[in-house]
Amino acid sequence: MELVEAIILSVLAASTPLLIAATGELVTERSGVLNLGVEGMMIMGAACGFAGAWLTGSIVVGAICGIVAGTLMSLVFALMALGLAVNQVATGLALTILGIGLSGLIGAGFVGERITPAPHLYIPVLTDIPLVGRVLFGEDAFVYLSIALIVGVWWFLYQTRPGLILRACGDNHVSAHALGYPVLRIRTLAVMFGGACAGLAGAYLPLAYTPFFIPGMTAGRGWIALALVVFASWRPGRLVVGAYLFGAVTILQLHAQGWGVGIPSQFMSALPYLATVIVLVLLSRARTGGSTAPAALGTVFVPDR
Amino acid sequence: MSDAMPNSLHTGERPLLQTIGLTKRYGDFLANASIDIDIFPREIHALLGENGAGKSTLVKAIYGLIQPSAGEIRWQGERIVLSGPSEARARGIGMVFQHFSLFENLTVAENVALGLDGKESFKDMSARLEQVSKTYGLPLDPKREVWQLSVGERQRIEIVRALMQDPKFLILDEPTAVLTPQEADQLFIVLERLKAEGRAVLYISHKLEEVKRLCDTATILRGGRKVATCNPRQETAASLARMMVGGEIKEVKAAAGRQTTVPRLVVNDLTLAPDEPHGVRLDHISLELKGGEILGIAGVAGNGQDELFAALSGERLSKDPGTVVIEGIAAGHLSITQRRKLGAAFVPEERLGHGTAPRMRLSENALLTGHAASGMVRHGFIDTAATLKTVDKATETFDVRKAKRDPEAASLSGGNLQKFIVGREILRNPAVLVVSQPTWGVDAGAAAVIRQALLDLAASGAAVLVTSQDLDELAEIADRIAVMFHGRLSAPLAAGEATRERLGLLMGGSSLDQREVAHAARA
Repeated sequence: MELVEAIILSVLAASTPLLIAATGELVTERSGVLNLGVEGMMIMGAACGFAGAWLTGSIVVGAICGIVAGTLMSLVFALMALGLAVNQVATGLALTILGIGLSGLIGAGFVGERITPAPHLYIPVLTDIPLVGRVLFGEDAFVYLSIALIVGVWWFLYQTRPGLILRACGDNHVSAHALGYPVLRIRTLAVMFGGACAGLAGAYLPLAYTPFFIPGMTAGRGWIALALVVFASWRPGRLVVGAYLFGAVTILQLHAQGWGVGIPSQFMSALPYLATVIVLVLLSRARTGGSTAPAALGTVFVPDR
Repeated sequence: MSDAMPNSLHTGERPLLQTIGLTKRYGDFLANASIDIDIFPREIHALLGENGAGKSTLVKAIYGLIQPSAGEIRWQGERIVLSGPSEARARGIGMVFQHFSLFENLTVAENVALGLDGKESFKDMSARLEQVSKTYGLPLDPKREVWQLSVGERQRIEIVRALMQDPKFLILDEPTAVLTPQEADQLFIVLERLKAEGRAVLYISHKLEEVKRLCDTATILRGGRKVATCNPRQETAASLARMMVGGEIKEVKAAAGRQTTVPRLVVNDLTLAPDEPHGVRLDHISLELKGGEILGIAGVAGNGQDELFAALSGERLSKDPGTVVIEGIAAGHLSITQRRKLGAAFVPEERLGHGTAPRMRLSENALLTGHAASGMVRHGFIDTAATLKTVDKATETFDVRKAKRDPEAASLSGGNLQKFIVGREILRNPAVLVVSQPTWGVDAGAAAVIRQALLDLAASGAAVLVTSQDLDELAEIADRIAVMFHGRLSAPLAAGEATRERLGLLMGGSSLDQREVAHAARA
């Protein structure tokens, strides 16, 4: 029992940054922009988030610093890929490289420092319920926030008019422009939301997951978040399932090593990507028409005026 | 030539919309030079002109998509500056685009909602959508996603979307280009009704007969300038075309004494399952095409024409070699290159991306189809001089207008690129030419050049298969016309017997035989 609870708790903790970052990227990609710089925005969020929290002693300030850092990074991307219509793939990759380097510089002075991690919720009685108590009522604020975020994004995309307009931009930017929607402005906002989420997801790592900063501590989570969006076929519901599945795989990998199961850990780390490839194949085979990906994803748009 | 002031009908009446000296400049290029146009209520006003004459620029300015560089737009007598399409819509200006501005992966209702200002709830909007589509006889299922719909249905969405804003003035950009004659007739009924309701319509079309039938006034643009305003009913199609082009259009003429010879292209009972989800299954297609003959294939897009082209060109192979026979040799299993070596040449519908690689030079594009059988490759190396010579020859023979000797394919206008592609294949002296939509979106002058080239090629003894949605074009050049519907090919009709009505029925899927029988029985 104790072990099951511990595993569920660690899966939740491992999944939360994936879910937050992927939620942001989902919105970005739904608007038609492919930002491959998630890893870079996340690691900047981690470095700045830790710096903010350490300097002020406040987790909230730290989280805000992470969000601001991620957003600023995404603005660099927006300027290049939307403002100057540079190739999105190249810009995204460059953003990741920039983020990894810059975060190392910013975080260099903080390596070896520790902070008090984000507190976990405690509601008497409820949290004490065996097995489910701590899972449901004993998490840190980020976990609840991540759930609220994805529900909010689902509601926004499918139940509101601005959400419809955002999806329209991702489906066909020429038509959206012809109908008079400001495609580039909408996309810039979507990219900024993606950056803010990536920054928050990155900040989660030193603020709640492990209470210290080391360079490169995102360790490929940004790439997993990108794969996750594809795995979820750009749908919020599937994204939640995928995030916990991918989180579980990473935890399983640690336990498998602990138990001495003879599966190479490298194979386990590759599982999320393998799963994404399989899902992509299944999706394209099962396709009856239309496209699963936003039709304008990754294409450059220059409005004529 | 007609005079410039034919609107005696409208004396005293205030125009609904006026442009005064409207000018749009792109760098040095004058897309619209000081255009004056008056549009009155209860009027269907045609806007005519070749590609590049400035029609699209003008309507984009009226719809607020672009800002004019000079001049003004007056709406009900008052000068307006439109900040964007939503303001135009708010004032009562609606537009139906030529290339539909629809979102494939969204539902009909969502598409309509995006074209409205969003002041009513989605539910109210859906109810109103149903009501408008019923009122005007334009049935639509609001819950279906657009990719599932036919072209005609897609256009209905655009029109209903525009009508839901209750516009006083509606712009239609080549609305009938993709419709069957019967679907077009349906549209004309809707337009007449709009006119009767006191609205004005600006109607852009290349089809002059249609304009004569439907429109009260026509404004003709050429090279960005207005050349005339006239009553199209008092003009002939030829006189309208003259004003558009600014000179005589060469009459397309078949060479006399054309002889048909041996069969050069034969298709035997070709059945092919589609290779993609929305593909059409080719169903027992047979045809025989002799040298010196042009066979036209009519039909609404998406009835298997693309699949047939792929099967003929070798983009898709058939398991049974005997299904496609080129020059007496079973070729169903042969690749594109092998078929070219047998003397076949192919011109696909899509100019950029299929007919040519857009970012490659014309000489490189000449090589792409000519490498197999036109001596452009020697000992495995490209003979650059030979590829350039092909470009020069195509330029000269087919009047391809371009800025430099060997530009990128994408930099040419549609008509000029099409002349180049058709020319590139014809210069190879093919025994069989399969060409799809030879003049789609090409202006009248270029279209005449291309049609004449096809006729001349047939006269020289080649077999030519033309797929086209333009019935006038087929009537002009084809000796026989067959119709594709749902992957099946009708028996060809001799050009003389292929009336619009009979073709239209076949295009809508009616079996001609039954109708004829019924007709005979009644008589």
